[in-house]
Amino acid sequence: MGSNGWNQSAILDIARQLRDEPGALLLILRRIQDELGWIPEQSVPLIADVLNLSRAEVHGVATFYHDFRHHPPGRHVIRLCRAESCQAMGAVALARHLEDRLGIGFGQTTADGRFTLDAVYCLGNCACSPALTIDGDIHGRVTPGRLDDLMAAVEERRS
Amino acid sequence: MKAVVYVPCDSGALSLGADQVARAISREAARRDLDLHLIRNGSRGLYWLEPMIEAVTARGRVAYGPLSADNVPALFDAGFLEGAAHPLCLGLAEEIPLLKKQERLTFARTGIVDPASLDDYLAHGGYEGLARAARLNPEQIAEEVTQSGLRGRGGAGFPCGIKLRTAMQTAADRKYVVCNADEGDSGTFADRMIMEGDPFVLIEGMTIAAMCAGAVYGYIYLRSEYPHSARALNAAIAQARARGYLGSNVVDSGKPFNLQVRVGAGSYICGEETAMLESLEGKRGMVRYKPPVPAVCGLFGRPTVINNVLTLATLPIILARGGAFYKNYGVGRSRGTQPIQLAGNVKRPGLYEKAFGVTLREIVYEYGGGTASGRPVRAVQVGGPLGAYFPQSMLDVPFDYEELAARNGLLGHGGVVVYDDTVNMAEMARYAMEFCARESCGKCTPCRIGSTRGMEVIDRIVARRDQSANLTLLRDLCDTMTNASLCALGGLTPLPVLSALKYFPGDFGLGDDAASLD
Ligand SMILES: Cc1cc2nc3c(=O)[nH]c(=O)nc-3n(C[C@H](O)[C@H](O)[C@H](O)COP(=O)(O)O)c2cc1C
Ligand code: SF4
Ligand code: FES
Repeated sequence: MGSNGWNQSAILDIARQLRDEPGALLLILRRIQDELGWIPEQSVPLIADVLNLSRAEVHGVATFYHDFRHHPPGRHVIRLCRAESCQAMGAVALARHLEDRLGIGFGQTTADGRFTLDAVYCLGNCACSPALTIDGDIHGRVTPGRLDDLMAAVEERRS
Repeated sequence: MKAVVYVPCDSGALSLGADQVARAISREAARRDLDLHLIRNGSRGLYWLEPMIEAVTARGRVAYGPLSADNVPALFDAGFLEGAAHPLCLGLAEEIPLLKKQERLTFARTGIVDPASLDDYLAHGGYEGLARAARLNPEQIAEEVTQSGLRGRGGAGFPCGIKLRTAMQTAADRKYVVCNADEGDSGTFADRMIMEGDPFVLIEGMTIAAMCAGAVYGYIYLRSEYPHSARALNAAIAQARARGYLGSNVVDSGKPFNLQVRVGAGSYICGEETAMLESLEGKRGMVRYKPPVPAVCGLFGRPTVINNVLTLATLPIILARGGAFYKNYGVGRSRGTQPIQLAGNVKRPGLYEKAFGVTLREIVYEYGGGTASGRPVRAVQVGGPLGAYFPQSMLDVPFDYEELAARNGLLGHGGVVVYDDTVNMAEMARYAMEFCARESCGKCTPCRIGSTRGMEVIDRIVARRDQSANLTLLRDLCDTMTNASLCALGGLTPLPVLSALKYFPGDFGLGDDAASLD
């Protein structure tokens, strides 16, 4: 186990398992992101080694895609859609509500590690705007009041 | 007789509590000792009525919605299983006026069938297109598609038949079919609805494309924001494989075709076809220079047919009913039907599949019912984040590739986003530049740097600093982006920006004349 709870052998297992797939690098990064919730910097040389690529190449791909986190996320992740249809239905107010309530900006995690707030540009739920996901679950026609309930519910589920 | 109830598993319906409704129905049925079969269908696309459930009765499927779990006991009391009256009863689903008025070809089955059942797909005419394709030679398949007039539904509108023929005629040891399921345009969700509601039609369409081009392997490049689509597709692929619709000898044609889903990682530019190929190869999503076009040299350097979900999902009906049947719909050079996705500030958001030629005004008012807020419609954006904003006075434009282009707009993937009069169009113009800056692949300067400069210039105009000099600067910047960008991200971002400026100069703190100065 690494200091932040990441696991070197888990990363190596993923890399070795997928190394022979066409386009393996993105598959490996995707799997690490899905399983660990982020991509520790230390995984770059490990993957580079398994795929026989330079660290720069691996780093370049890992930093190109918005999904890949380079720090561990909070216990709960809120992803608010900030694209056009949701803007037309009150996403701007929801964004402000979230920033005020959590005391953080987009792309940040609260100091107590409870919530990470992310922007996303369209969830394909534009017919039910404004939309967001909490811990991967999708919600539509969200109001600030309903958002408070949803946040309370995920926190309760944990305890 | 066992009662049958449909509850959508479409993620839009889920976002409004469809799972809770499904659980409440099962619970209530158990409490009443009723033998009930619950089927999870896709959505009919009438999102203002979601979650909308349907009870199978002797008269047909009777719809109820929009529901919440709290309504469920009362529905049982009213006798909804027999289609009884209730304040939330919508009558026969097929007779709902805004559904009945549509021309559903690509969406013929979505919302009707059980997306998890290959047998249900077959019972609703599934795989008839492939059966016919298997009796034709590749040239005949390409000809049928060309005859239909089908153009790419992903944005560029390129004739599908030509692309198929090019790949077919390019000799190679291995060829690919790639389905573009990145659906990055905000305001669009038709791809998602197909993948969640009728996944087999996409698999069948890709198989037909493969048979025509001589491809042996396919990838569905799916955006990561669509986890429910991934599940539905993977389940459908497994069934198709188990039953010989995919594999080493597809429907006894002697031809192999296999398929897998690849999930993206959050990048709008990976929706651009060459960036997508790079991404499938495991690299950064950098746009490639063309030529060569992917149909000649695509994935791993091999000929690759790459098409949008809707394009591919329309091939089965074209093969089953013939190119002439499809071509009969539509106007001018826009043949067939367009799944129009209506969203934003609108009373009845949803999926409306119509023959080309319906006007924007009909879409926004007759279908959409005007704004959700009840305030006046101020602007309508057509074609996603790279599409133009249209003011009230231009809503009579027909929905058609050429007509929209003639007004400096584009049809894109068919998204329509409505704004009421509280919108600030200078903010929307700034947002367009911001989005371009965020998603630029970085290969060319006008897009990478120009978009950031664009935000700053708009800020200065709005702050009334040196307005006329900054206006000139903004126009020059847009000119450079239009003319010197490698792909449409940099090349088309000026469309929303300049249309906002042209039709809504007041929002930029300008007089009407300032903006019309060209
Ligand atoms: C910036 C950019 C983003 C794009 N995003 C998508 C997308 O999300 N889905 C899609 O099908 N096509 C998208 N396209 C269009 C594709 O490049 C390509 O034209 C399409 O996959 C071809 O399929 P079609 O002919 O069936 O439309 C995008 C193009 C650009 C320039
Ligand atoms: S226009 Fe932008 S996104 Fe397109 S190739 Fe150039 S830098 Fe990349
Ligand atoms: S714009 Fe928000 S879900 Fe599509």
